[in-house]
Amino acid sequence: MLDLSKYQSIGAALKDALEEFANEVCLIEADREKEKERLTYRDFKERANPLAKAQQEAGFVAGDRASIIMTNQSKWLISAYAVFYAGGVLVPLDYKLTPDEKWQLLKHSGAKVLITEYPIWRQLSVAAGRAAANVGAVLVTEAPKNADLAGAQRWEEFRGSGEPTFVPRTRKDVACIVYSSGTGGRPKGCMMTHENYLEQCVALTSIYPFAPGVRYLSILPTNHAIDFMVGFFGPFICGAAVVHLRTLRPEYVREAFSKYKITYVSLVPLVLKNLQKGLQARFGELSPGKRKMFNAVIAVNKALTKSRPRLGLSRRLLKQVHEPFGGELRTIIVGGAFTEPQTLQFFYDLGIPVANGYGLTEAGTAITVNDLHPFRADTVGKPLPGMEVRIVNAGADGIGEVAVRSKTVMSGYLNEPELTAETIVDGWLMTGDLGRFDAAGHLQLFGRKKNMIVTEEGKNIYPEDIEAVFESLPVKEFCVFAANYIWPQRSLVGEQLLLALHLEPGQTYTEELRRDISARNSKLLNYKRIHGVVLFDEDFPRTASLKIKRNALAEQLAKLDRANAFLLL
Amino acid sequence: MRTLEQTTQEVLDLASKHFNVPATSLAPDDDFFKKLGIDSLQTLEMLSRLENHFGIELPDYEVQGVSDFRTLASRIQSRL
Repeated sequence: MLDLSKYQSIGAALKDALEEFANEVCLIEADREKEKERLTYRDFKERANPLAKAQQEAGFVAGDRASIIMTNQSKWLISAYAVFYAGGVLVPLDYKLTPDEKWQLLKHSGAKVLITEYPIWRQLSVAAGRAAANVGAVLVTEAPKNADLAGAQRWEEFRGSGEPTFVPRTRKDVACIVYSSGTGGRPKGCMMTHENYLEQCVALTSIYPFAPGVRYLSILPTNHAIDFMVGFFGPFICGAAVVHLRTLRPEYVREAFSKYKITYVSLVPLVLKNLQKGLQARFGELSPGKRKMFNAVIAVNKALTKSRPRLGLSRRLLKQVHEPFGGELRTIIVGGAFTEPQTLQFFYDLGIPVANGYGLTEAGTAITVNDLHPFRADTVGKPLPGMEVRIVNAGADGIGEVAVRSKTVMSGYLNEPELTAETIVDGWLMTGDLGRFDAAGHLQLFGRKKNMIVTEEGKNIYPEDIEAVFESLPVKEFCVFAANYIWPQRSLVGEQLLLALHLEPGQTYTEELRRDISARNSKLLNYKRIHGVVLFDEDFPRTASLKIKRNALAEQLAKLDRANAFLLL
Repeated sequence: MRTLEQTTQEVLDLASKHFNVPATSLAPDDDFFKKLGIDSLQTLEMLSRLENHFGIELPDYEVQGVSDFRTLASRIQSRL
């Protein structure tokens, strides 16, 4: 691993990594059963440098912003490297957003260049939002031969000749603008500095080391803070390999584990649970006798791994479980949302450690991680090296808001000084999450203080961002809330959104109105949909400028009984 | 060559069989996440079934943002 304390920027560290590990395998890309390509670090450099050169020839200079909207693949990382090499600021966006949402964030970020793939560009180029954004150049990958590029250039042909000029940056310069959540009225663009990434990488690799020969399966979208760190920067500065799959169909993902002998993978809780269900179904098919024997072996494994994981032993004991995973899996990293302890325990008992932790984009990926010594399913682990974590305004039960101070905390939200000042107070990032430390120094989470939910797929949803779809609903007024914000649950499982309605005088909640709400709801992406309605028969409290006072309204709604008031849609 | 209506009907039939939901309860404009009670992963599984049935390759990106049977069928139709 490179000594990151010597480096000022992501670009400088990556540049040296490409030299240091020139002969190691860097990227493997597979499409279904076919391996599309396998690149060494030297090949990677040969692909990336002409792109950086062409960008420079096109006038791209230090501090310019370039966005990548792509599914996980080699070209994502090659493009990102070229941006950093040329001193640019990367704006990684979620390819799953709608075209208009993408344009909105492109506009907000001030991206000058967009690098995307043809199927995404086909939708983006005709979307209404294009006119408002100020993207000068668009590079499109894998466009068919006679495709209409709608003003874009082919990524494959955008190559300069000769050495590009490496543009140095300092640790305090912004490296990426990462959108931590939705797109409604107030996009939250976290300005992450080079220092944020360099420090986070040192902390994470101290617990989960990468090295040449280690293979990371990249499934979480690379725009996500976790995959960016453990599926790009972390493995690269250690000379490890990253495996990309162009389709995420479960059958091909399963195949990839054994085919590429995967060492690490990151998953969101939803996928992990799905994996659990699949394994349980397989175990359920065993005959009663075999099942009994199998359970006995699990019990032995459990006893032998009580204080720490013993991978070699577990792989031998539970060969039939480990073989489909390739036999070299060290850890499944799970992140993006809360994972239920029983799921974590299920895998650990089988000898597959799941590294659960706690983090948020604003804090630079991870704040705490379970170090597995010993494994604890009921906590999110201990603070990583370099993280100061404290509990603010703790109640008698020790539970309060989690606050973090570290070199990995973002410099602020783009163009949002007030929001930044509310979020980072005296150098402490106020997370809005409720937690408590136990005697062993492990952090336990108990719910959220803020009006938001995180889905099992790791999507942060802010209720105000989805209200537009209910505009002109025939009621007096409405407001969307996270149900747990109104009725705190001290739990992060099964979070739901609700629509608070104040009907007109004499109006009733009819089937017609319910259908109208349901139809509007179905226009939202499935993970953003509300689950139910709460009727409230007083005027919503408002500010002088007539904005709804959400916290005051939440306090009033809290007086209602959740079980009776929450009408499922 | 199938018409879009035929393709849509075949998608509905296959979904009803695969997820064990009565065929009569599914309509072309239904939201399949809601109606079948499935998540995005199960949708990918359904795609593999559809590919086998229609003998086509349907890249994952083709179905991003799609949540109703009719649109899904039209994406399939364009590849037949």
